[in-house]
Amino acid sequence: MVQMNINGKAVTVAADGDMPLLWALRDVIGLVGTKFGCGAGLCGACTVHLDGAPVRACQTPVGDIGTAKITTIEGLSATDLGRKLQAAWAQLDVPQCGYCQGGQLMAAAALLTDTPKPSDDDIDAAMAGNICRCGTYTRIRAAIKQVSGQSAAGQSASGHSASGVSA
Amino acid sequence: MNAVNVSRRQMLLGGALAGGGLWLGVGPAEAQSAGPAMLGVFVKIAPDNSITIVSQNPEIGQGIKTSIPMLIAEELDVDWRQVSIEQALANQKIYGRQVAGGSMATTLLYDSMRRTGGAARAMLMQAAAGRMAVPLGELSTGGAMVRHAASGKSLSYGALAGDAAKLPIPDLAAVVLKDPKTFKIVGKPMPGVDNQKVVTGAPLFGLDASVPGMKIAMFVKCPTFGGTVGSANLAAVKAIKGVRDAFIVPGNGDDYELASGVAIIADTTWAAMKGREALKIEWVLGDGAAQSTNGFAAAAAKLKGSRGPVEIFAEGDHVAGMAGAKKRLAASYHYPFIVHAPMEPMNCTARVDVGPNGTRVELWAPTQNPEPGRASIVKLLGVTPEDVTIHMMRCGGGFGRRLTTEYMTEAAWIAREAKVPVKLIWTREDDITRGNLRPAGWHHLEAGLDADGKVVAWTNHFVSFGKSDGAGGGKFGRAASIDATQFPARFVPNFRCDATVLDLAAPTNFLRAPANNGFGFVMQSFIDELSMLAGQDPVAFRRALLGEARLVGPADNRDSYDAGRALAVLDKAAAMSGWGRKLPKREGLGIAFHFSHLGYFATAMEVAVADAGDVTVKKVWVAGDVGRQIVNPSGAMNQVQGSVIDAIGSAMGQQVTLVSGAIQQSNYDSFPVMRMPDTPPIEVAFVLSDQPPTGLGEPAYPATPPALANAIFAATGVRLRSLPIDTALLKA
Repeated sequence: MVQMNINGKAVTVAADGDMPLLWALRDVIGLVGTKFGCGAGLCGACTVHLDGAPVRACQTPVGDIGTAKITTIEGLSATDLGRKLQAAWAQLDVPQCGYCQGGQLMAAAALLTDTPKPSDDDIDAAMAGNICRCGTYTRIRAAIKQVSGQSAAGQSASGHSASGVSA
Repeated sequence: MNAVNVSRRQMLLGGALAGGGLWLGVGPAEAQSAGPAMLGVFVKIAPDNSITIVSQNPEIGQGIKTSIPMLIAEELDVDWRQVSIEQALANQKIYGRQVAGGSMATTLLYDSMRRTGGAARAMLMQAAAGRMAVPLGELSTGGAMVRHAASGKSLSYGALAGDAAKLPIPDLAAVVLKDPKTFKIVGKPMPGVDNQKVVTGAPLFGLDASVPGMKIAMFVKCPTFGGTVGSANLAAVKAIKGVRDAFIVPGNGDDYELASGVAIIADTTWAAMKGREALKIEWVLGDGAAQSTNGFAAAAAKLKGSRGPVEIFAEGDHVAGMAGAKKRLAASYHYPFIVHAPMEPMNCTARVDVGPNGTRVELWAPTQNPEPGRASIVKLLGVTPEDVTIHMMRCGGGFGRRLTTEYMTEAAWIAREAKVPVKLIWTREDDITRGNLRPAGWHHLEAGLDADGKVVAWTNHFVSFGKSDGAGGGKFGRAASIDATQFPARFVPNFRCDATVLDLAAPTNFLRAPANNGFGFVMQSFIDELSMLAGQDPVAFRRALLGEARLVGPADNRDSYDAGRALAVLDKAAAMSGWGRKLPKREGLGIAFHFSHLGYFATAMEVAVADAGDVTVKKVWVAGDVGRQIVNPSGAMNQVQGSVIDAIGSAMGQQVTLVSGAIQQSNYDSFPVMRMPDTPPIEVAFVLSDQPPTGLGEPAYPATPPALANAIFAATGVRLRSLPIDTALLKA
């Protein structure tokens, strides 16, 4: 049994301490928004926050978490920043398949908490660990910039690149 | 119940919903007596004016669950926000083709889905004319309401649906469609219908499926394709805490259906993984153990300068044409095996109920192509197709990988053997080491130019894979053949393409813009080389090769080539990129075009190459022609940008290599995918030709790798003839 604080709630989980948080969330607790992509800390699909810092749930044994507060994608909307990011992601139509986007959102939320007006280099550094196999990086960047009150180069409000349909 | 023919096999059907309301759908003629629950219902209008549109095709990120319902909603004349979308079950008897593949959905459904929506609107208007006792011609619609302007009367679709359900269904061919200039939904950027679930982490994907009593299953297969289990220490695995069962699956010898392996059933994925760590298997290696990438490369190299035994296409006299050429150039090109590696690993949830009245199989499958899975399960579990229910779950990426369906067969087999519902989960390592190969290929090319630099002769000895006859001939494997009409066939007077088939044990499969994803690189790179040989500008040389704007091949043929459409996208991409401008040292612009999946695309790319050889893509410009109407510009732009990123990432660093029949790569470290910092700005323009709208999941890919290679040549003078790019060749 492991005690954890997940999305503001105390949770007792029937799991050994070596079980990665990813599988505790998905298989034991039933929170499936945190995704399995690689199991090796290479893709970022399982990104969650421990006391606000982004970590890979697949590399985080539940026994090591202690009293740190865990936030998953299901808990992102508890903050104003989280809600703004979710709204920007939906409105700018960032997702293609959408499988990685929970992890992308968690990485973006951690970035903007620390760096409210990130530069392109800041965004690259914070998001480099999160793979989007569909290649939605252009819109991820645009959404981060929109939420941080910066306009993205080549992006209109509707989220499409400057060049559009021409006859 | 009313019915109208849609095609020879299918009828447009309609009737009353339980509780009142109208439904319209498509189904087999013999299903006229069935209720809407049994049919391919596309539109349901309830008395409370709630409107449901059913999406028939698998959603893999291509946006089909948004774009096809948009067509119905447009002609139904409702507001997009009034509509909710339901995913259809897999049932091709009702829906016909339910495949995410070949970029075919828009092509096949653009007209019929508009007409279905238009038929429903016509019936609702007819019902309103009766209820209001006014002439039909005085009625208008909008926002799911029928209005009579003169009297100020209006009725909601919901209020009319019950009456409409009693009316005859209009002749689909006679349904009056909107003038596209008046479209309010189609052609407008619409966010994906599942976006809210995606951004809140709600259960949505195959891997998120949950069934009462479900256990987690893993399935360990031989690293060498075709290998089988000799023995395994099952007792040791079953002794691991949380492991409930472990057993050998004999398989049926077909890696596309059910390979041999060991199944582990556990309470959690973590317990299954620990069981797997304890597992030791003695494998019986199959024929594939003798095969390696190096061996294939050596075999292909030996074929340089020879002709292949499999004739693909010949025109004119390539021998005389080459002999009479003023200048000649021979070059050999290569692209490697790659795998799909979608973010969501293969998985499937299965429940198999064995009862006195037979066996029922229910699957929750993230698949692009449910029917081969059903067929395998019918064969291997001895059930009927009707015994198998398939829920098509949203896929965390596909790229062609989920066109094969062995994970469905595995889940069903394991669930039956384990006597418990299971969620089968592949690890990333399973996904890559047991991947389906995009076939590698070698092209030994030669071309001849006349005194004016015109291409007068072209030969290609294509070396590919399949079931060899031992003499170089044989049957091409899946996605391993070359089409007779592959450009520049039919554009060069003396032409020959032939092939050799090498024997391959590993399964091959379609990968985004299958075959074309390699051919684009080969043909458009070699054409670039020829432009240099001719001393001509690469755009001008390509224009001359395409010639006059004309259709090459018969009208209404999928393989016919519209030179005018190719010229238009080539010119557009060149103009967007500022083609011809002077760039600093070790920077270059490259261009390429390609036609596949009914779409014409040209890509221009600007790169900078560091002295150490590292390549930075600075910007990409893409011009595409997929017909007169972009259904959802938001999804369309996303598809094109994603295709370009996919293609650059693949060209820059992806390959899998076979050693003793086993794939050596296993995760995203050894099989890298493009990441945020390497992503360039990608500008996209659609050229709207007056042609039927066609699909967009694939055709933006093939022109990208050659645009990259040609830009690198422009920057460095180094011609790259092999993928992935070897930056060691690019040092200053």
